[in-house]
Amino acid sequence: MASRTRIMRPAEWAYPTRPVRREVLAAQPETDQGKPPVLFVPGFGHGAWVFAEFWLGHAAARGFPAYAVSLRGHGGSESAPRTTLRAYVHDVVQVAAGLPRQAVLVGHGAGALVVTRALARYPARAGVLVAPVLGGLGTVGAALWRNPLGTLPAIFGGPLRLSRRQLFSREVPAEVAREYAARLGPAAPLAQWQVLVHRDAEPPVGDPPVLVVGSPDDRVVSRSALQRAATRYGGAPLLFPGMGHDLMLDARRREPIDAILDWLDKALSSAERGPLIGYERLDDVLPPGPRTGSDAWVA
Amino acid sequence: MSEISSPTSLWRDGRPVYDRGDTVCVIGAGASGLAAIKNLKEYGFGVDCYERETGVGGAWNWRHDRSPVYASAHLVSSKPLTQYPDFPMPDSWPDYPHHSQLLSYLERYADHFDLRSHIWFGTEVVRVEPAGADRWDVTTRGARGGAERVQRYAAVIIANGHNWSPKTPAYAGQDQFRGEVAHACAYSDPAQLRGRKVLVVGGGNTGCDLAVEAAQHAARCWHSTRRGYWYAPKYLLGRPTDQINDVTLALRLPLRLRQWLFHRVLRWAVGDLTRFGLPRPDHRVYETHPIVNSQLVYYLGHGRITPVPDVVRFTRTAVELSDGSSIEPDLVLFATGYLPQFEFIAPEILNVDPAGRPRLHLHAFARGYPTLAVAGLVQPDSGLFTLVHWQTVAMARWLRLRESDPQRAAAFWSGVTAAPDRRWTQAKVKDSTRHWFEVEHTAYLRALQKTLDDLARPRPASQRTPQPQEVAA
Repeated sequence: MASRTRIMRPAEWAYPTRPVRREVLAAQPETDQGKPPVLFVPGFGHGAWVFAEFWLGHAAARGFPAYAVSLRGHGGSESAPRTTLRAYVHDVVQVAAGLPRQAVLVGHGAGALVVTRALARYPARAGVLVAPVLGGLGTVGAALWRNPLGTLPAIFGGPLRLSRRQLFSREVPAEVAREYAARLGPAAPLAQWQVLVHRDAEPPVGDPPVLVVGSPDDRVVSRSALQRAATRYGGAPLLFPGMGHDLMLDARRREPIDAILDWLDKALSSAERGPLIGYERLDDVLPPGPRTGSDAWVA
Repeated sequence: MSEISSPTSLWRDGRPVYDRGDTVCVIGAGASGLAAIKNLKEYGFGVDCYERETGVGGAWNWRHDRSPVYASAHLVSSKPLTQYPDFPMPDSWPDYPHHSQLLSYLERYADHFDLRSHIWFGTEVVRVEPAGADRWDVTTRGARGGAERVQRYAAVIIANGHNWSPKTPAYAGQDQFRGEVAHACAYSDPAQLRGRKVLVVGGGNTGCDLAVEAAQHAARCWHSTRRGYWYAPKYLLGRPTDQINDVTLALRLPLRLRQWLFHRVLRWAVGDLTRFGLPRPDHRVYETHPIVNSQLVYYLGHGRITPVPDVVRFTRTAVELSDGSSIEPDLVLFATGYLPQFEFIAPEILNVDPAGRPRLHLHAFARGYPTLAVAGLVQPDSGLFTLVHWQTVAMARWLRLRESDPQRAAAFWSGVTAAPDRRWTQAKVKDSTRHWFEVEHTAYLRALQKTLDDLARPRPASQRTPQPQEVAA
């Protein structure tokens, strides 16, 4: 993380991002319980539909107005030439600022990278990074190792193809996994490169609590990458063994979203009592259940 | 805000004083006040804001009596240079939004960040007095009268705006003039101009807008300016002009080169204005507040606006001009600007000089009073919201630092008290009653960046590396 917020932004002033039509899917709770809206940001190749499958409805059932946006060029959103990370961040901040109340941002995969940068441009109530791909050359090394044929074209500006086995655990039936994988599309080549080489995100504005969630069996994001991401934001990652990269589509998709919403309930209610850094209370809010500290889960 | 539950034991001039503890008082719920509430909240402060009107938005709320906006008013700076840096205007809005959109923007900002619960509407601040130990007694009363109340605050941020107290010139013979004379603040609707012969006095952005309105609706329009100006069109090279300007700033081109470039481009795009009878500009670009108006030159070219020099005196039926000629308008509109006013606080607290100008560090911090600041008292060459956002972040950080690290706070404050007054402009700005708080957004933001960095929380020496927690199914 960069050490400070740069308030001189001549590039953003002189070259504002060109707007596109955006797809936003939503699920509203039956009654307004005063909970903050949650905005889900899918990773590269994924559209808003991946959250509409289960997480949106579940969050709404638990009282959170839930939204998912498709980044430009993904899902039902319009595409734009020369799309960069900044354009994706623009899309997220536009949707967040358009919600009636201060929102929680939840990013998945490279969408988490977009969220870390959106947190520097919009004072979210909280941030959640799910299986975050925060980039750097380690990311490409790991991806090449796990899926050389799908990754290699991406290095030369082609589409990144993630295999079913990277995205889902074996609990997902093969035909379902194939169907999901077939719905994935490509991200913008420029933005794909920027995942590897980019300026560090500025610190989040408004000091929101940030949670990192992932699976030690994720074949895209390694356990050490999860640990690094969590350390960056001063917490510990919340791990769900036995799941693939796409936690919101995997067989046991309910567990991570319940843990995220539990954490939000706790972190935000304590924030109302006074200023504090939410993640310092992370250990209090872990859902009950056996916990292991061993590395046996790492694939 | 339940003062009943905290009975007072403090008194001031025989009145009870309610102690609001660590709460910060914000005066005004316009664009600057809202940013102050939001950023103080974000830094964990309790905030009470007093607003004499019944809604948020200050000058941008056309429902307010003191609002200077008129029906056709649009922004003169484009969206990216106008919005709060952490709350962008919607993509669906135009480059230059209408004033009603700006009001809805401010209302959405207040709702989005839940600011209204901190605002006492219809409540006027009567007095702000130091109460010892860097605290403040704030006397308020209902805007329509009522009993006064005194409350004690840990800090005060003044955000009462500077576009509501009209500055009206007085010319010889003005009182015997039989036509109507009004300040631009009284103008709201083109119906006021229809069929009349109108003289607009003042070459600022409002003056030019009014001249264009008069060209469209009045029977006749004269536009009196003191000097020649550079009129920047709203679009240059197919893009909003301020964005083009910021390209040259982003490239950090030297001032002289930027001036030369801008003169060139204006010569190509706008042409030689002396052809229309306007005086040649007596200064370079960037030396006066930028005037952004595409239509003025257009209507000059259509003969709908007659440029005239300075007004000298009024007679019963006519207005005499400095070139010896006289015209016979039946409506004279003074678009001569507004003056800042701080009638509720002793001038020496704000270090007001004999010319009536508060001498504040960064136009914001009162050097003698560490818990008093003024937000939004700048006239930038861009939108104000970005600047006032970072101003109020700096104020919130400063108040936090005073609590958390008195040693660093003392070092910072000695820097503030020692810092000389300076102008945050590269070009030497032409003199007027407002020029002293004219700032260039880049120069000013660079200074604010330094202040923010000085005030930033130092990173903890050793960051915790907690062990990951696994949730087995």
